[in-house]
Amino acid sequence: MTRLTLRAFPLAALTLALAGCGGNQNTLAPKGKPEHAISHLWWWTMTGAWIGFAVVCGLLFLGWLRRNRTELPFGGDDKVGTVLVIGLGVAVPLVVLSLLFIWSDIVVLRSTAAPAHGSTRLTVRVIGHQWWWEVRYDGSKAVTANEIHIPTGVPVQVIGTTNDVIHSFWIPQLNRKIDLIPGRSNRLLLEADSDGTYEGHCSEFCGLQHAHMTATVIAEPPAAFRAWLENMAKPARTPAGADDKRGREVFLAQPCAACHRLRGSAANGDVGPDLTHLGTRRTLAAGTIPNDTEHLAGWIADPQHAKPGNKMPAVQLTGAEFSDLLAYLESLK
Amino acid sequence: MTTVTAPADERVGRLELIWEERPGVLGWLTTVDHKRIGLLYLFATLAFFLAGGVEALLIRTQLAQPDSHVVSPGTFNELFTTHGVTMIFLAVIPMQIGAFGNYLVPLMIGARDMAFPRLNALSFWLFLASGCFIYAGVFMGLAPNAGWFDYVPLALREYSPGLNVDFYALGLIFNGVSSIAAAINLVVTIFKNRAPGMSLNRMPLFCFAILATSFSLLFALPPLTIDLVFLELQRLAGFHFFDVAHGGDPLLWQHLFWLFGHPEVYIIILPAFGIATSIIPTFARRKMIAFPLVALAELLVAFIGFGVWAHHMFAVGLPTIAVVFFAAASMMVVVPSTIQVFAWTLTVTMGRPQFKAPLLFIGGFIVFFVLGGLSGITFAAIPIDQATTDTYYVVAHFHFIIFGAAVFPLLGGMFYWFPKVTGRLYHEGLAQAGFWLTFVGTAATFFPMHVVGLLGMTRRIYTYSDDDGWSAYNLVETIGGYVLAAGLVLIALNLVWSRLRGAPSGRDPFSGGTLEWVTPSPPPHYNFAVIPRVSSPYPNWDAEDRAQDVRNLDRGARVFDDGHEAVASTVKDGYLDDVLEMPSESPWPIVVAACVTVLFVLVLTSHFLAATAFAGLAALALAAWHWQEPE
Repeated sequence: MTRLTLRAFPLAALTLALAGCGGNQNTLAPKGKPEHAISHLWWWTMTGAWIGFAVVCGLLFLGWLRRNRTELPFGGDDKVGTVLVIGLGVAVPLVVLSLLFIWSDIVVLRSTAAPAHGSTRLTVRVIGHQWWWEVRYDGSKAVTANEIHIPTGVPVQVIGTTNDVIHSFWIPQLNRKIDLIPGRSNRLLLEADSDGTYEGHCSEFCGLQHAHMTATVIAEPPAAFRAWLENMAKPARTPAGADDKRGREVFLAQPCAACHRLRGSAANGDVGPDLTHLGTRRTLAAGTIPNDTEHLAGWIADPQHAKPGNKMPAVQLTGAEFSDLLAYLESLK
Repeated sequence: MTTVTAPADERVGRLELIWEERPGVLGWLTTVDHKRIGLLYLFATLAFFLAGGVEALLIRTQLAQPDSHVVSPGTFNELFTTHGVTMIFLAVIPMQIGAFGNYLVPLMIGARDMAFPRLNALSFWLFLASGCFIYAGVFMGLAPNAGWFDYVPLALREYSPGLNVDFYALGLIFNGVSSIAAAINLVVTIFKNRAPGMSLNRMPLFCFAILATSFSLLFALPPLTIDLVFLELQRLAGFHFFDVAHGGDPLLWQHLFWLFGHPEVYIIILPAFGIATSIIPTFARRKMIAFPLVALAELLVAFIGFGVWAHHMFAVGLPTIAVVFFAAASMMVVVPSTIQVFAWTLTVTMGRPQFKAPLLFIGGFIVFFVLGGLSGITFAAIPIDQATTDTYYVVAHFHFIIFGAAVFPLLGGMFYWFPKVTGRLYHEGLAQAGFWLTFVGTAATFFPMHVVGLLGMTRRIYTYSDDDGWSAYNLVETIGGYVLAAGLVLIALNLVWSRLRGAPSGRDPFSGGTLEWVTPSPPPHYNFAVIPRVSSPYPNWDAEDRAQDVRNLDRGARVFDDGHEAVASTVKDGYLDDVLEMPSESPWPIVVAACVTVLFVLVLTSHFLAATAFAGLAALALAAWHWQEPE
């Protein structure tokens, strides 16, 4: 009996775990049309799988119940066995697998396919870097990093490419994943049912900090999205106060400008993320730490602490330079 | 062999003399006896299995809790890469082919040795040297670190400047030479060295499985070797195979790798099928149901396994027609597996099963193989694959297959053939306790990985945040990992204790059906005093034939004691074809292996001229080896 309980247990655990689980990376809590199709397919496949598993375990259990027999049933003749093997091992799988093939690889495959050319009015370009995501919007000057805003209920095309090694872009609640491969561009449909924040981790091992490469999709009402995009397209805010001005001068005078871009200023580096609207972002270093004063200060003081191995060096600054720079960066809304 | 008369005694004595090898360490270094080579493989692969296991526990310890700092990110990447490389190339496959295949195939087909005994020795020494080569890198802090499938461009100089990847690539080319030699040897042995009378339809299913595996190795390894050579040419000599800017393509690496990598999965699982089909009839106390179907299914798995590789690449953006083709093939490859699952299961159900430790391990194997197989089917459903690939869902799937389904039969097999190899019985109670610990440990380690994978946890991340909602599952997995390790330790202690203190087992403690149970335990150097008569797939259950063997020994028929002799038979029908003079023990295999090792070290350190010199030395050693061949 212990064997039986052990086998029944995972089924219960899995169903409980997946049905109600929150989090914003649950493949089976879909928030986009393609993912609805995938998770629907998955639940049916899993149900079939448990039935198949139960049949095999049932047969083994039957053998265990009858373990004390002294004689072979049917006098050891294996004709009945062979018929059962052909029935259960050939006929049933052929039918079930054919159905699954038609449903998943012909029907559902269409809903997860790349959007047809011209079927979407908004295109986002996601470019993988070790270890962050560059995000650009076609027809707009907007450039940002790691956070992809989209209008809720509107189909958006994502074109994924890479700047260095292979990465893989995946937002589990919205759709399948696409690999970002040198020399190729892969396309994906993102369409969120409802407003919300949907996260996903880079899914192809891409080096030392593969673990710290999170992309966040923020679905918001179309009006809010338009306002956001309009703001993103603007150049970096001109410093207002004296502190701000000094902060900007520090940025331009120090190595910061060699790697980062502040649109509308002389800073036009393209090694690290575009910082034109850094103050609007929720996290730093691709989801590694929250973007607040304390963490931003910690990040600038020692970028190798939270995400060792990333390309950003520690820069020697005086106390005053440091606080001016911090204030200016935070003001970049 | 109940009544041995004087002439029979004399013949056995002569065989002892003819087949005797040097005593002591020197004997082990120059041995060509497939049983000794099998044991050498076993001890070497167990050592690598231990190393891979320690790496796995370190990985699980790091991931037990969110944001932990047990190891650094760089070390973590080395750990999971080395764990994968070790378990696949240095532990599981060589344990199956080199240890189990080597030890058992000649015994099961009634042969005196492998077809090419010295090549067999060379395979082992090359294997051991390639493992030491890779581990030399590990101990120098240059462990492979780009993942076991080592995708480019990450694995190119630009992104992986250290020697880590070179240790990986050269080590695996090196390892591949050994595997190819072993595969050729097994194919020829199985085709040509069966006891006369053992036509193909009377050959044990274990040998069909090893035959299928060996053919797979022969066709799967060349693409990998070519891929690795391309990689090294690009890394060491500036070629552009994978470089987009110069017309190369990083997907070339992936296609060639998985053209090897998926057949590889079947290479890992087929010998496990073979062990299952050996243990089940013995403990279910009946012949396998649907024997010809199972044999056919074993060969079919290996064949169709070559047409499914791109299901590892459904997210790279292949044309729809291509992904659908590979998905269809991936669905098709399921059918030979379901045939086997039901043949094993129904043989147990319809037999008179005794649930002793070996059969318990096979029960565990069936459970994990079915679980892993069912989750495997979801990768043939392209949209599910595209969602779950490169997550812990995949990690869960392939560990149920590679650990649950491939290693459980190895553990069961170690108990099953322990009396044959040592002449002693293992402790049944402890063995069953060991089974339950490893069973529960395996389920607890790998089952929750399906769930975290579906909850978005991607592979190969060295840490995660508590906000991700994966912490509880990861903790359970880690605890499961330690339970599993405890089970393995218990199994090891049982085997060591039984080797020293176990009760004598006699020739055939379990009433097994195949030929290895005909000969004494442990088997003599020449395996069989008289080449056994075979008229069914379960010759040890044919009392009449065994009585005939005894009469044959008395008469001197099928004894072949005029020299170091073995029998060759025809491929299909197993008629007596020829009597072969077999080569004797030799120091040359280990010398050739040593030269090749130096050659690889010199290539690694870019001393190409000196490397060429050692290639020449290896060729000279090969010439010396053949100089000594018998006439």
